[in-house]
Amino acid sequence: MLELKNVQTFYGNIQVLKDVNIDIREGEIITLIGANGAGKSTTLLSVSGIVPPRSGDIIFDGKSVTGKAPHDIVAMGISQVPEGRRIFPYLTVMENLDMGAFLRKDKRAVKKDMGHIFDLFPILAQRRHQAGGTLSGGEQQMLAISRALMARPRLLLLDEPSLGLAPIVTRRIFDIIKKVNLEDNTTIFLVEQNANFALKVAHRGYVMENGRIVLSDTGLNLLANENVKKAYLGG
Amino acid sequence: MNVRGELKKSFQISAWFMFLTFPILVIRVNTVENVIEWRWYNMAIVGVSTFLGSALWRYLLSVKEKSQRINAASPGNMTSFQKAFSDKRFFYPALFILIGFVISFPFLFSMYQANIMITALIYVMLGLGLNIVVGLAGLLDLGYVAFYAVGAYSYGLLNFHFGLGFWTTLPIAAILAALAGILLGYPVLRLRGDYLAIVTLGFGEIIRLVLENWGEFSHGPSGIANIPRPSLLGIDMTLTQNTIFTYFVMIGLVLFTIFVVNRLQNSRIGRAWIALREDEIACQAMGIDRTRTKLTAFALGATWAGMGGVVFAAKTTFINPASFTIWESVIILCIVVLGGMGSILGVISGALVLTLLPEYLRAFSEYRMLIFGIMLVSMMVFRPEGIIRNVRRTYTFSKE
Repeated sequence: MLELKNVQTFYGNIQVLKDVNIDIREGEIITLIGANGAGKSTTLLSVSGIVPPRSGDIIFDGKSVTGKAPHDIVAMGISQVPEGRRIFPYLTVMENLDMGAFLRKDKRAVKKDMGHIFDLFPILAQRRHQAGGTLSGGEQQMLAISRALMARPRLLLLDEPSLGLAPIVTRRIFDIIKKVNLEDNTTIFLVEQNANFALKVAHRGYVMENGRIVLSDTGLNLLANENVKKAYLGG
Repeated sequence: MNVRGELKKSFQISAWFMFLTFPILVIRVNTVENVIEWRWYNMAIVGVSTFLGSALWRYLLSVKEKSQRINAASPGNMTSFQKAFSDKRFFYPALFILIGFVISFPFLFSMYQANIMITALIYVMLGLGLNIVVGLAGLLDLGYVAFYAVGAYSYGLLNFHFGLGFWTTLPIAAILAALAGILLGYPVLRLRGDYLAIVTLGFGEIIRLVLENWGEFSHGPSGIANIPRPSLLGIDMTLTQNTIFTYFVMIGLVLFTIFVVNRLQNSRIGRAWIALREDEIACQAMGIDRTRTKLTAFALGATWAGMGGVVFAAKTTFINPASFTIWESVIILCIVVLGGMGSILGVISGALVLTLLPEYLRAFSEYRMLIFGIMLVSMMVFRPEGIIRNVRRTYTFSKE
């Protein structure tokens, strides 16, 4: 479904991604783990077109998305939950969700989807008229995921959903990620520092070091891998 | 409140001021008779007035802090004004009186008053336009007067060369101003905050300098004279009648502006402006086209300035570049900030206060600007959110 071919991305003169190759099939949960500054978030930003790659190709559904504007990429069905949630603090929960559906014109379906979101996250339904900035960290993360889902993406890019959350909240978020993957058949590309959680939910995983993919395998195999254990699982 | 501590601080301030002003206000060397005059009464005046001023200032600050704490505690964050406004028993009679007053205004008062009111209404329109750019989209624009100039000169020149009338030019000027907005918006898409302010400041000055120096095009500093006043189906009107007519034209335009701005504010594009102000990366991830959204803000903001410029040209019948200095941009920005960013009612009251006050303060002649300045400073200290705080209508629907 999504294929990254020899992607190289730069910030000015600094090369962050070096020949990254990733292949994601429909219906999968793929995770990308790695240390701080390895280039995980940049990989997602390259896919969503916010930081376009300098060379290489990104192919979604057989069509190249390289060099397209971010809003065109969203329209193709790729939606991103940016790192650090980045919800709109002065817009209400409902308005945040509506912004997620910015490119959709089918008002009725948008309303229906919002109802679906409120079923998925009852806490958001309770807080629907509250400004986004007044939510707790976990609620904000739920809102950020919901907002991205409002675009009805076929591929959801998730950047560190566990950032700054208590383990119990993280567990709930990951349960929901699995649920979204199963019930809506949304393909998920998950970037995480919390390798333990991520590898458990993911079908397959990639390990990134200094802008290169150094390892790829199924989630369970990576969990058992000695090098991964030493580097990312604290074992 | 720690009264003793505050009084002590005020006392210290007054002592410091007495010390500072001692050489200039107390000692006077009379070089004719070679004596030194000691004007101790001056010191007393300085001491007492700074002490009282400082005490008052501190008292008001503490009152403000207290009310903020109360506001933070109660979640229904509506001001008493807005509560009264939403109360129907109070709202309809008030609205009725207001409409009556607005309609009878030019007949009740002199031509001079009506003219001031027309100017004030032009500023209401400018304020509402700039409010889109600054209040909603959060783009600090210090060159807004350029669009006002574009509107005024559109009417002046189109009338001079082609004899186009007021009503034909009004939409043309609006479109031209919107185009100028896009023209300015394009190069500054990447800029925010202070950088944007400087570039827009430059843009405003460029327009003014072009008008001043490109004589063949704009008639230079001597400007364009004999611009016709607004017409009504070709009826000949006396000056008084025409002023009254212009007043009602302006009322209509302001109502139209309020209607459109209100609709915009509560639409998806309005919320996209707010979202863009808050987080550009998140907006991009949502599929909001940054370029288009910002350019529409610039264009829709400039449109009103263009129309305001046409009315201004028609009202004064004479325009020259001196009317479009940076000072105008500053006043319009003050209207938006002082009135309450993003709040339509706030901007209207800000415009009325800032344009009417200097006029009615003329009685105080040379103290006029001093009083005006003190007002601005104390407003920003005691009510930084503006005269009427913005309470946005939020997007809701009932779950099916």
